[in-house]
Amino acid sequence: MKRQGSQTVMFSQPVGILATASVVGKKEGEGPIGKMFDMVETDPFFGTKSWEKAESKFATTAVDICAKKSCMPMDSFDYIIAGDLLNQSTGSIYGLRNTNRPYLGIFGACSAMGEGMSIASMLIDGGFANNIIVAASSHFCSAEKQFRFPLEFGSQRTPTSSWTVTGAAAVALTTSQSDVVITAATTGKMVDMQIKDANNMGAAMAPAAADTIVAHLKDTNRSPKYYDAIITGDLGYIGSQLLLQTTAKMGYDISAIHKDCGIEIFDKNTQNTYAGGSGCACSGVTFSAYFYEQLRIGKLSKILFVPTGALMSPTSIQQGESIPSIAHAVAIERCAA
Amino acid sequence: MISQQEYQKMVQKSSPKSTTFKNCVKAFVVGGAICVLGQSLYAMYEHFGAQKDLAGSLVAITLIFIAIALTGFGVFDNIVNFAGAGASVPITGFANAVAAPAIEFKKEGFILGVGAKMFIIAGPVIVYGTISSMIVGAIYYFVQK
Repeated sequence: MKRQGSQTVMFSQPVGILATASVVGKKEGEGPIGKMFDMVETDPFFGTKSWEKAESKFATTAVDICAKKSCMPMDSFDYIIAGDLLNQSTGSIYGLRNTNRPYLGIFGACSAMGEGMSIASMLIDGGFANNIIVAASSHFCSAEKQFRFPLEFGSQRTPTSSWTVTGAAAVALTTSQSDVVITAATTGKMVDMQIKDANNMGAAMAPAAADTIVAHLKDTNRSPKYYDAIITGDLGYIGSQLLLQTTAKMGYDISAIHKDCGIEIFDKNTQNTYAGGSGCACSGVTFSAYFYEQLRIGKLSKILFVPTGALMSPTSIQQGESIPSIAHAVAIERCAA
Repeated sequence: MISQQEYQKMVQKSSPKSTTFKNCVKAFVVGGAICVLGQSLYAMYEHFGAQKDLAGSLVAITLIFIAIALTGFGVFDNIVNFAGAGASVPITGFANAVAAPAIEFKKEGFILGVGAKMFIIAGPVIVYGTISSMIVGAIYYFVQK
């Protein structure tokens, strides 16, 4: 039985990461890890006529680069699994409609990369696929248009609000040997602590992250020390603080090894990004460009990657609903050579 | 897992509040500057011979024009981000609230995009502005008698 504990699966054959790709916008390119992305596109329209088309082009480009870096033709991928934030997942759909490969669209809000990597690893370990590309995308402007206000409308942001990352990430997973492998996945439960402020998504998502991290540690009988880093998706500054407080109350101190992609991707002091980065691309591109590289060169050897998602819509918020949240954990390790 | 009440308290404690005093000062200065600009325009139009009513209308038109132009150039949202209500409460803010969706939703076409979405932000102001002016008008009518 590969299943262990109540939410975790341990892969009998570690799933290899073949390659990762990241394409980001100008602001992300100017951030602290800006030089590490595969491509920085300075035009927010990416040569298209709308924010939505631009987001799709980010997804197309990330998947193309990922296939190229894998040294494999698109035909050799058995599935493409992708998710984004736009209604009916049009960011991924229009971006990947010409790939001509079996497609599984997923929605887990900003946890898409974690959800995708979990499903892909299960498919590969189950023997249903040899190679899979997982992709996630988001765009600051299309997210503002859908979730907040038109871009040129003047309004002040609250200090708790986050900044949607513009870009897309793609990760190619495989059955064959690789330096960096996925060894386990813990699927998150939906957690709702009755947070209703859509401008404080870090606070809404922190309990979900805490729940999944603790579930993972319990299911695997591991202490946080097993990992060099526990990396959440887009909790930002406020959410990260709340995560550490929550896990401490649940009996686990992860403060020494916790990192958050929403904190790593922007410089809060010079880039005016308030609580930090967010969006499907946030965890995706930060993992692809930065943490994967650290694993590859041996600066990190074991990480728990935990993308987080706030599962609300503008309509649910207007109707006074709270924000259910989710987090999916993927254990990624460097193979001892 | 901790209780919802306990967590809500933790959230309140760790979430920074907007800096009200600083925002008020910025709003006062920029809002005041817009009023000074309006008053100067008024004086100028009067100087060139406009009657009181006409001068007032010309001032409003000029401010709306400036705000829409700045919206189009992508500057106005930065001004509001700094000045808050100082720039969004005067007629400039109203102009921005109509122009911004018109620009944003042009991609969905002139009918279902620009036409349908133009008043998505300003609409409530028009609806409730009209209703409250009717109520005030009715009160005024009876109090006068």
